[in-house]
Amino acid sequence: MDMVKPRLATASLAGCFGCHMSLLDIDERILQLIELVEFDKSPIDDIKQFTSRCAVGLIEGGCCNEENVHNLQYFRENCDILVSVGECAIMGGIPALRNNIPLKECLEEAYLNGPTVYNPDGKIPGDEELPLILNRVYPCHEVVKMDYHLPGCPPPADLIWRALTALLENKPMDLPYEVIKYD
Amino acid sequence: MTRVEGHGKVTILLDENKQVTQARLHIVEFRGFERFIQDRPYWEIPVVVQRLCGICPVSHHLAAAKAMDVIVGADRLTPTAEKMRRLMHYGQIYQSHALHFFHLVSPDLLFGFDADPAIRNVIGVAEKFPELAVQGVMMRKYGQEIIKVTAGKKIHGTGAIPGGINKNLSIEERDFLLKDIDQQIEWSRGALKIARDYTLEHFADLKDFGSFDSSHLSIIRGDGALDLYDGGLRAIDFQGNRIFDHVNCRDYTDYIAEEVKDWSYMKFPFIKKLGPEKGWYRVGPLARLNTADFIDTPEAEAARQDFMALTNGKPNNVTMAYHWARMIEVLHSAEKIRELLNDTDLQGEDLVVKGERRPEGIGVIEAPRGTLFHHYRVDENDQVTMANLIVSTTSNNEPMNLAVEKVAKKYISGTEVTEGLLNRVEVAIRAYDPCLSCATHALGKMPLIVSIVDHNGRIVDEKIT
Repeated sequence: MDMVKPRLATASLAGCFGCHMSLLDIDERILQLIELVEFDKSPIDDIKQFTSRCAVGLIEGGCCNEENVHNLQYFRENCDILVSVGECAIMGGIPALRNNIPLKECLEEAYLNGPTVYNPDGKIPGDEELPLILNRVYPCHEVVKMDYHLPGCPPPADLIWRALTALLENKPMDLPYEVIKYD
Repeated sequence: MTRVEGHGKVTILLDENKQVTQARLHIVEFRGFERFIQDRPYWEIPVVVQRLCGICPVSHHLAAAKAMDVIVGADRLTPTAEKMRRLMHYGQIYQSHALHFFHLVSPDLLFGFDADPAIRNVIGVAEKFPELAVQGVMMRKYGQEIIKVTAGKKIHGTGAIPGGINKNLSIEERDFLLKDIDQQIEWSRGALKIARDYTLEHFADLKDFGSFDSSHLSIIRGDGALDLYDGGLRAIDFQGNRIFDHVNCRDYTDYIAEEVKDWSYMKFPFIKKLGPEKGWYRVGPLARLNTADFIDTPEAEAARQDFMALTNGKPNNVTMAYHWARMIEVLHSAEKIRELLNDTDLQGEDLVVKGERRPEGIGVIEAPRGTLFHHYRVDENDQVTMANLIVSTTSNNEPMNLAVEKVAKKYISGTEVTEGLLNRVEVAIRAYDPCLSCATHALGKMPLIVSIVDHNGRIVDEKIT
């Protein structure tokens, strides 16, 4: 009888996609991963709404706008285990460099002051289609409960692989010192 | 929106007869890099700004390093430094193009635009065409290995520094890469053949799919050859007439400006001489094939001639031809990698040069997705005071919007929205391989929300896929 495979979902919030790229850096093992899991909502496939409950959700990036928050909450509701993957999810990362600067200054620099800006009416993007930008960038665990944190910018492929397979197979994580890197 | 790298959203507006009046691709994230890297020390910039994008970090790493070369007065790098950077860059182009083609696009080509989304993805490809999927994985891996030995790390490395690089290529590293290069070239030929044959077989359908005439922009070598690392700016119109040529990148602000629109965080670049209405242009593999006079590696040059023959030597304006052009660049990168691996300059010891310090630096490079501009001012305390970035995908903003509009007008009739239609909109966007993360200086992924809004502003249908 076929075992029902556990489901895996991934999301990139305010990150750079580097953590997803590092997941792809497991290279040939991606074929093993496909044997191990059924992919659900993820930017690497075309599933855009959860189709059923997932065992594991991998979250890259922190929350810089309201849509990130909704998406993260949506993942929390639909995943048994939620993992912060990489520095942005864990502590905001490089995007959080803006936390000490008024948002207005960031917007003005990009849309009014730049040397190539053409903006005769002095408008700053603010259409209702655009989600509200948050006052600061929030790490994931300040928004919802996160179960695990994998450090690195990005976490090395081997670290993601070891942690993920342990979670999926319900085994203890074996993470030797050499595979954990913080840069 | 999935299988593109970034945060996007499409809205389609209808009139009372349910005809499409407007279709827009909104970029919904904003990060503010231009402001928050101010006050950081200049030498930190190549490492920090690459974190705009984990898909093409090397492009930002190198563009920033080139700008900082100007700041530290390094007008001419040592051969070892320039060639190490080039090797890193070709590795990057190779892995990025392979990722896009095999992991993101091949499901549309192999299964069709209307195929069940449950299988229309890279996992479906792995199950149905395992050999091809493994090739894609191994090609991307090879590019990543090159980045690792040149930058120290596969993603967000540190190889390029102001004035040069911090390591050369050891004999062991060289031999490790040389071992597989012939196989990689063979696979590149195969990938090119898939893209070429697909385009030609489906040309009747593809030629109008989200297509339109446009200007094209790229950097170009002094002798007119395709050069992804360095050169002057060349812009041509849709028939191939030169708008400007061999412009020194340091003068880019005289030629290019970016319009701000209130419905997208992504700006709309245009050629100043032509104005904001008519000055928009395309960048990336298609534009580069159109601007180049020739390619300096034999197999890619033969492929270029074959490609240009389709349009009788005139610029190719077919949006879906991007895929074919991209695979020509994959083969070109593989040929370049082989050439560089056999060059003993890579084992040189002279890594960094310096000269007279300057207050301002501009670095331009052809990233996988097109021309990338980095521009910085640095004060006497070595702190950045101004940063301006025009990333490749931003230049394709207007073209992607046009492509979306064309596809929406052609395929949306009435208010019934099917998944296949939505995917068609995405297929048109995906042709540009947009890195919406780069573009907003943010990256991530959003559902493609297509909202159909009637003439009273009422949402008559909304589909989140």
